[in-house]
Amino acid sequence: MIVFDKPKSLTDTPLHYCPGCTHGIIHRLVAQAIDDLGIEGRTIGVAPVGCAVMAYNYFACDMVEAAHGRAPAVATGLKRANPDNIVFTYQGDGDLASIGMAETVHSATRNENITVIFVNNAIYGMTGGQMAPTSLPGQVTQTSPYGRDVKTVGYPIRVCELLSTLDGPEFIARVAVNNVKNINNARKIIKKAFENQINNKGFSIVEVISTCPTNWGMTPEKALEWVDEKMIPYYPLGVYKDRSAEIQAKEDK
Amino acid sequence: MADKVLMKGNEAIAEAAILAGCRHYFGYPITPQTEIAAYMAKRMPKIGGTFLQAESEVAAINMVYGTSSAGYRVMTSSSSPGMSLKSEGLSYLAGSDLPALVVNVQRGGPGLGGIQPSQSDYFQATRGGGHGDYHMIVLAPASVQEMADLTITGFELADKYRVTAMILADGTMGQMMEPVELSADSVKTFDKPWAVTGTKMQRKHNIINSLSLVPEELEQQNFARYERYKTIEENEARCETFMMDDAEYCVVAFGIAARVSKNAVIAAREKGIKAGLIRPITLWPFPKKTLLDAADKAKAFISVELSMGQMIEDVELAIRCQRPVMLCNRAGGMIPTPEQVLAKIEEAAGGKM
Ligand SMILES: Cc1ncc(C[n+]2csc(CCOP(=O)(O)OP(=O)(O)O)c2C)c(N)n1
Ligand code: SF4
Ligand SMILES: [Mg+2]
Repeated sequence: MIVFDKPKSLTDTPLHYCPGCTHGIIHRLVAQAIDDLGIEGRTIGVAPVGCAVMAYNYFACDMVEAAHGRAPAVATGLKRANPDNIVFTYQGDGDLASIGMAETVHSATRNENITVIFVNNAIYGMTGGQMAPTSLPGQVTQTSPYGRDVKTVGYPIRVCELLSTLDGPEFIARVAVNNVKNINNARKIIKKAFENQINNKGFSIVEVISTCPTNWGMTPEKALEWVDEKMIPYYPLGVYKDRSAEIQAKEDK
Repeated sequence: MADKVLMKGNEAIAEAAILAGCRHYFGYPITPQTEIAAYMAKRMPKIGGTFLQAESEVAAINMVYGTSSAGYRVMTSSSSPGMSLKSEGLSYLAGSDLPALVVNVQRGGPGLGGIQPSQSDYFQATRGGGHGDYHMIVLAPASVQEMADLTITGFELADKYRVTAMILADGTMGQMMEPVELSADSVKTFDKPWAVTGTKMQRKHNIINSLSLVPEELEQQNFARYERYKTIEENEARCETFMMDDAEYCVVAFGIAARVSKNAVIAAREKGIKAGLIRPITLWPFPKKTLLDAADKAKAFISVELSMGQMIEDVELAIRCQRPVMLCNRAGGMIPTPEQVLAKIEEAAGGKM
């Protein structure tokens, strides 16, 4: 297990997440990016409805709690009001890819200058383990007790791939936090997603493959393995879009 | 003193909002309020403001929630079907004690309904619209001048009490052209130490939030909010009275229905019937005291509405059912005529005059 010093931009409030849940690691990575960039005093976070609903107690910066799925709209209102603020959302898969899909796609296509941290754990954690838009084919959940049947409920949504078809967004990447190597990479990518906003580049989303040992019905160790064996093959890691890098590469040619 | 200009009601709302210091507008197109969005789309970029056509009314009201969280005056406008979608956000605004101005230029319903004027969102507006215990201040203009004035009042009251203020108008009010006088001279503003603007590392973080999982705490928050509502009820109920001094037959009507009713009251007086009009300007808080006092002399009340009869319940409650209350209404986009209202007054008077 990775042990971090507590970043300054996290409060002293103990996290309420289940043992082995990687929400906690992702909080730390976000807080570290805020610390590294020295932006805590001008950052505003938008918490979702989901297991991370109480993120407003954990991040030391100003915080807003949004309605289910509406974080990108709330962030839009915040950012348009005060463009000098650094505004990020922290959202689960139900929040971002189901009820809030319209807000996600449209804030992306507007290239809204915000940072979106998208925690994909392939399940509705907070409500006790129902099928999510990202639940894998065959995955057993409370509302797919015989396994996700793609013939009747359709296929999982790959958010990064879907958003990559848009001309609008600046930066789209998928990372994981199931081992040291992936965590180190996730840290860099999340920091970049905030740097983009500081440099007024626009909409930057980082999808983080996360675990839900409680509702997956697995030990924390098994859950980390399941990420490698099932999640990452369906949701390949990588940078899906980096407009500035693409422009730079063209200029270099 | 500003000069009078000829304006449409919808445009008067938009310009008055700008005068009130609103620099952020989020909306989604719907008839019959689109002139507000069109006006904002033209003006906001010229004065360093934001006009954003959102992907839906749901998104628009949540953008309002974001900008209000940051402490800025912000508004959205829509018409009936769009207001149903905004109800989610209205409830969250109330739960987070955020000020905002929302305009509903009503059209006939339910469902997609029609696009002609209506007052059938009265229940939705005065009871809050969304889920949970809450109220909005609901303002009902009856002229283009009032469309402007109540917009400014709405922003002020919203900030003062940390509530949403709604302008509840209808298609006629929105489209009607009248001369208006606009002025930003006496616009009041309020400090917002609760806003999220970044801690600047100089204070503990501010949190804008409507979640409260401990029932004892959530109850206390509701109690505190209702204390504020009580103050609003005591101090902010407004209405216009017309020929009420000796009125035996009291017409109650707001918005376009009040304009029609005024003519009917004059016609009734010409026939020797002691008719009068109470025109609520605030629908919440409802001007209960004025109605209750009127019940001393009045023999009957007539609620004139562009709906199947919604405000009539508040009239009955306000006068504690001491007098008969009759309904004079049209629905679905139709407007009662002065003759229809006069006939109802005569019916109430029972031919004895
Ligand atoms: C409008 C609305 N619908 C439904 C809910 C109930 N609800 C709360 S959290 C949640 C799902 C959260 O799942 P996800 O976004 O994946 O976050 P996770 O808990 O997995 O981190 C749902 C459906 C709600 N609070 N509001
Ligand atoms: S329910 Fe799942 S996602 Fe939620 S805290 Fe527990 S392990 Fe994490
Ligand atoms: Mg989830």
